[in-house]
Amino acid sequence: MSQVVQPIEAEPLVQVRDLHSRLGDKIIFDGLSLEVPRGSVTAIMGPSGTGKTTLLRHLTGQLHANSGRVRVDGEDVARLPRNALFALREKIGFLFQNSALLTDFNVFENVAFPLRQHTKLPEVLIRDIVLTKLQAVGLRGAANLMPSELSGGMARRVALARAIVFDPMLILYDEPFVGLDPIALNQVLRLIGTLNRTLGITSILVAHELAAVRRVADRVYLIANGKLVAQGSPDELAHQDSPWTRQFFGGEADGPVPFHYPAPDYASELGFAR
Amino acid sequence: MNTAVRRNWLLNGIAQVGECGLFFLEILIALPKSLRHSREICRQVWFVGAMSLVIVMTCGLFVGMVLALQLYYTLSIFGGTAALGTVVALSLFRELGPVVTALLFAGRAGTAVTAEIGLMRATDQIDAMEMMAVDPIAYVVAPRYLAGVIAMPLLMCLFNALGILGGHLVGVTWLGVDNGTFWGNMTSTVDLWKDIIDGVWKSLAFGAVVTLIAVYQGYNAPPTSEGVAYSTTRTVVFSAIVILAVDFVMTAFLT
Repeated sequence: MSQVVQPIEAEPLVQVRDLHSRLGDKIIFDGLSLEVPRGSVTAIMGPSGTGKTTLLRHLTGQLHANSGRVRVDGEDVARLPRNALFALREKIGFLFQNSALLTDFNVFENVAFPLRQHTKLPEVLIRDIVLTKLQAVGLRGAANLMPSELSGGMARRVALARAIVFDPMLILYDEPFVGLDPIALNQVLRLIGTLNRTLGITSILVAHELAAVRRVADRVYLIANGKLVAQGSPDELAHQDSPWTRQFFGGEADGPVPFHYPAPDYASELGFAR
Repeated sequence: MNTAVRRNWLLNGIAQVGECGLFFLEILIALPKSLRHSREICRQVWFVGAMSLVIVMTCGLFVGMVLALQLYYTLSIFGGTAALGTVVALSLFRELGPVVTALLFAGRAGTAVTAEIGLMRATDQIDAMEMMAVDPIAYVVAPRYLAGVIAMPLLMCLFNALGILGGHLVGVTWLGVDNGTFWGNMTSTVDLWKDIIDGVWKSLAFGAVVTLIAVYQGYNAPPTSEGVAYSTTRTVVFSAIVILAVDFVMTAFLT
């Protein structure tokens, strides 16, 4: 059996090849290629507006590229028919930036939602699974609260419990650290690490917080202007001497990413020059 | 440039009607799947139907009372006040019941549905369902659509019942029309198929278009506060226009 499984295991879980994509007139990706090995934690970083979230949406087939290929678990996402795409999505957990909990349901029902939709498990079993997942994120006691009663950090942990309820092979985190206090940030960081180590879940996270990324990611891809501009382990990148990494990790206001939005000449706009 | 803008506006309008039609087909395709979510459908019938009861019944009562007052005045000119019950009932069953219920429904339930779906879109809940491999058309849109179509005729029946009660209160209790004449003339003239069932058809049609407008506007609302507010307004405006237009066409064909 292992002979059959072996070549697939060796293949990276996510492969993006020469991705070109545009939204309206704006070019989002201009020949982006990257790979995410199985069992790794990969961070995708880059200046705001470079399409990091858009990339996640390409991985899940919510958006289609103009050209290039996105393969997840060996399947070409853009070519999958809807049923197969939904089957693939059941194996992917997605953590939305604003948690996206269903506001009609309480915490328990939110975590149980995917189970109820896709399985016919008896209620006792659903209860056990949901409580196990809530215990893992430390919120078993909050099972009866409504989403409106949760703080931002708690909501994100509930969303994480919901994302792992099917034990996915891949979790996509969209800015998981935004708006969290240091305690909540540490809790989420620890959960990402634990899920990766104990369950072997491959993780891709889009984030800006270098300190947090350093603690959890094996590999970082830095994207800017629709292209991959740097890659490597977090420490390698922090010490790499390219203009992109210098500006991004040094937090310099001006550099390859200009401070000024493109504009006509300043003096002529004020009417001083002719 | 002015003509270009106007043509654009016209084309956009036509394109939107077309999109709405395609959306309707999507809902129809998703309907069999959405029947599995029977709990959600019941919840929605309760939400759009039962929650609209107070406004529909209160308005029905007042419409019936006003109708009796006005018609009593008109009929007394010809000395025909004995026909008061008949005329009140016919006006309600054939016209006012379906139309006013639909207008109230658009204001009460249609806006709520648009705002709810629009906010679900804005807070990524619709995307989250897509990501959990749950079809949002089957889970969110179709149950609400079905609930609207089910609730509208039921609400209209209650509107009519309260309207006749209001007419009876004013006509018989206040203005002194004979009780037996009021009911007797009404029951002998009003026809189940020609009058009552025709009203139910109208109501079903109104339920179908008003709820379609509401879910379409909500589902396609721009994910911002202004976007949701704008879509909610449009639900009411478009519903009112379409209700009265469809009413004219159906009345022309049914009579």
